[in-house]
Amino acid sequence: MSIGIVSAAYISAAILFILSLGGLSNQESAKRAVWYGIVGMALAVIATVFGPGSGKLWLVIVMFAIAAAIGWQVAMKVQMTEMPQLVAALHSFVGLAAVLIGFNAHIELAAVMKLDAVAREALTGFAGVLAHKTGVEISILKVEVFLGVFIGAVTFTGSIIAFGKLAGKVDGKAKKLPGGHMLNAGAAALSLLLLILYVQGAGFWALFLMTLLAFFIGYHLIMGIGGADMPVVVSMLNSYSGWAAAAIGFTLGNDLLIVVGALVGSSGAILSYIMCKAMNRSFISVILGGFGNTTGPAQAIEGEQIAIDVDGVATALNDADSVIIVPGYGMAVAQAQQSVSELTRKLRAAGKEVRFAIHPVAGRLPGHMNVLLAEAKVPYDIVLEMDEINEDFPNTDVAIVIGSNDIVNPAAQEDPNSPIAGMPVLEVWKAKQVFVSKRGQGTGYSGIENPLFYKENTRMFYGDAKKSLDELLPKIA
Amino acid sequence: MKIGSPKEIFAGEARVAMTPDSALQLQKLGYECLVEAGAGLAAGFTDEAYRTAGVKVVDSAAELWDEADIIAKVRPPETAEAERLKAGKTLISFFYPAQNKELLELCKDKDANVIAMDMVPRISRAQKMDALSSMANIAGYRAVIEAGNNFGRFFTGQITAAGKVPPAKVLVVGAGVAGLAAIGTATSLGAITYAFDVRPEVAEQIKSMGAEFVYLDFKGQQQDGAATGGYAAPSSPEFREAQLKKFRELAPQIDIVITTALIPGRDAPVLWTKDMVEAMKPGSVIVDLAAERGGNCELTKPDEKIVTPNGVTIVGYTDFPSRMAAQSSTLYATNIRHMMTDLTPAKDGKPVHNMEDDVIRGATVTFEGAVTFPPPPPKVAAIAAQKPKEKAKELTPEEKRAQEAAAFKAQTQSQLMLLGVGTVLMLIVGAYAPVSFMSHFIVFALACFVGFQVIWNVSHSLHTPLMAVTNAISGIIVLGALLQIGSSSWLVTFLAMISVLIASINIVGGFLVTRRMLAMFQKS
Repeated sequence: MSIGIVSAAYISAAILFILSLGGLSNQESAKRAVWYGIVGMALAVIATVFGPGSGKLWLVIVMFAIAAAIGWQVAMKVQMTEMPQLVAALHSFVGLAAVLIGFNAHIELAAVMKLDAVAREALTGFAGVLAHKTGVEISILKVEVFLGVFIGAVTFTGSIIAFGKLAGKVDGKAKKLPGGHMLNAGAAALSLLLLILYVQGAGFWALFLMTLLAFFIGYHLIMGIGGADMPVVVSMLNSYSGWAAAAIGFTLGNDLLIVVGALVGSSGAILSYIMCKAMNRSFISVILGGFGNTTGPAQAIEGEQIAIDVDGVATALNDADSVIIVPGYGMAVAQAQQSVSELTRKLRAAGKEVRFAIHPVAGRLPGHMNVLLAEAKVPYDIVLEMDEINEDFPNTDVAIVIGSNDIVNPAAQEDPNSPIAGMPVLEVWKAKQVFVSKRGQGTGYSGIENPLFYKENTRMFYGDAKKSLDELLPKIA
Repeated sequence: MKIGSPKEIFAGEARVAMTPDSALQLQKLGYECLVEAGAGLAAGFTDEAYRTAGVKVVDSAAELWDEADIIAKVRPPETAEAERLKAGKTLISFFYPAQNKELLELCKDKDANVIAMDMVPRISRAQKMDALSSMANIAGYRAVIEAGNNFGRFFTGQITAAGKVPPAKVLVVGAGVAGLAAIGTATSLGAITYAFDVRPEVAEQIKSMGAEFVYLDFKGQQQDGAATGGYAAPSSPEFREAQLKKFRELAPQIDIVITTALIPGRDAPVLWTKDMVEAMKPGSVIVDLAAERGGNCELTKPDEKIVTPNGVTIVGYTDFPSRMAAQSSTLYATNIRHMMTDLTPAKDGKPVHNMEDDVIRGATVTFEGAVTFPPPPPKVAAIAAQKPKEKAKELTPEEKRAQEAAAFKAQTQSQLMLLGVGTVLMLIVGAYAPVSFMSHFIVFALACFVGFQVIWNVSHSLHTPLMAVTNAISGIIVLGALLQIGSSSWLVTFLAMISVLIASINIVGGFLVTRRMLAMFQKS
């Protein structure tokens, strides 16, 4: 295949990838869009494999076959509640690949540099590309390699920690080594120094040392961020994996890699931005970890938490005409989405209006709740975003809060001293009656009291969400 | 104790304060019931029916007034009747103490206790004995029936083989109890109903009854009925002018006008002037429920039905409840019975006149030789005071346009800024970087731009599939490994091999899981 055909294939692939992302604007076109992505990927890979500069086809095929088997296994077996872990794990792969490819680029470059002019002319493939570079271009190339490896390394360890936290293998609480952010800043500064040395002609040791530093930064950065901020972390790592790919694209002079890297990078950046906005926090404050300090004493909460039993909830639901369910991470933890779906089906069969209100940061991954509900066969047209449904709470008979806490905390609106003041929240307390399904009386991720639980129209439905719902189901007429 | 109801002596009054049904209930409270012979006849209750219900029928009024300890009647007592009161006797009836000062003095001198049914305070607990409301309800209903009786057309619009009949247009002025009852009756007969009231908070009630609220564009502070116990208060001259102007506009198209506007303790305000009557179509009907207090219509003659020179019928009857005596007696007797229930907490036939009770205190006008009218304001407010509504300031079209223009300008500015900064950065990079880098850099910048444009449109609910698919396509990094795998260096080949492996896992796993997720999204 000539360079021209390869380029044409790359252009088609780039367009297909853009269409593939654009198609996600609604559920129906998304089903088609994913095929665009697959075709685009196939085009790109085939064009590269059969294009100039490639080789060892048998090795590629073997590797791909192994990878396909593993990928298939993972994709088919993963539980929808485990999606955040899977996404994080896949990010780490991209990060690691970027590091390895960056190393390769360095090795090739060093090899090419040793050859004399005649030998250089004879080189083909990636080495051939390197051989024709001028002095400035070599310097730029070094910066690109360095950046690609740096971002890739941060993504790699960061994603592994995020995976561990999401999978429950690493403690979800925010943890920092003594020195905190100064350690990160120091490591970053040192990396910058190494970059300068590397461009000046330092050997592989500079690149390798920097990689270790970047590994540390990735590890320490994500360790310092707590569980409920994970949506931001995961989308941020998503963004990083894109930038790593783009940096590698620059290194290799491959436009398709640059385009896709930029697409993924900007996608992750926008997701991070949306998540931060939904929590009314700046990106910096999320990355630096922990909640900001309060600006004054929190408002005292009056009243008490009143518990209610299954029969009480069943009676209220049987009398209600309109119900809004607000799921949160607790629903995923309790694996209660099937029971929620069954409850929805029964209530809808009884002619009641049932809808779901999804806060942008509900769960541990952007859109996590939507996927869980979709898996449980809840039709997506009754699952609404916060902005779409928030005004409807006053006209709703019953609001059921399942495993969410901070995203329904009225303190965000009522108490200017609250750490979450100003965060957009679902106004469940405006419904005529609110039931909160919750395991115990503890606070949410942010560790602040939720006045919702003390409101007059709120009843606490204590117990494991799945168990409580399963007890409730037979009592719904 | 004995409770008795005499025959009403007011001319044309058909109602009676005790029905056989209410008598049964009163007996359960421990009272003995008496009724004057023939008292319920005009309302359709025979003496025989009373006897069956265990009521003693006495022959004369004198006998009844003498024997009964509690006398329940409808109309305020005539002087002759009041003369018959004695110390310790209790009279329960409409009394209108503000207008009947002399009668009040007379009752006080007789040492009798008088409970005025028209003075029952308007609080939730007292609704069951609010006789004014139950009578007003009947008056409102009857007013529409009376109007229909004098109106030569259908209320409802019809399209028949014999031609099209337009629906009647009814305007109800004053949306109190009578007004709302009139609205309900008129709409259920099929008329197009409009309603007006000076209290803007009743607009919702009017709409709930199926009528259209006649909106008055008046800048000044409108009344809040809560301050006056749910009743209307006199309005300012400017407001009145605006109101009359609106009515003048409406007059020519309205077929039936029902006016119910009353202000407590005052003459009825004139709201439907002579020129409005003249502007109406021949055959139109005006029913003036305020006729007893002078009438809302300038031409109303109390107790009479007149036809104006231009053919408009004006009904000024003052006895609408009495015209439906069976119904109004039943309701009134029930109100009395509820009053007795409150007066007899022990159900032992002995009234306890508890002057600490808001309702009893409010309704009692003379008690043990003293005038107790007017009562102190009740402890419980009739209606929760209206909270001043914080209304978002309505923007005029000009302001809106100005705002939009400003927003547009700000947007343009920020975009130009970004573009400017971007261009400068590009120029700086371009000045130093070699051409080969620039061509890639342009691709990169464009791709970022496209990415931002595309991702903003992604639906929130698809963010997880978005992450999975971006995961899959970031596996494109495999291209780098593919380009390196053919290297002559075994180390490079080895590292590239691992990269191919993990990047391919990403590609396959990412796409498959995305497909799996998207297939789950189903429409109901």
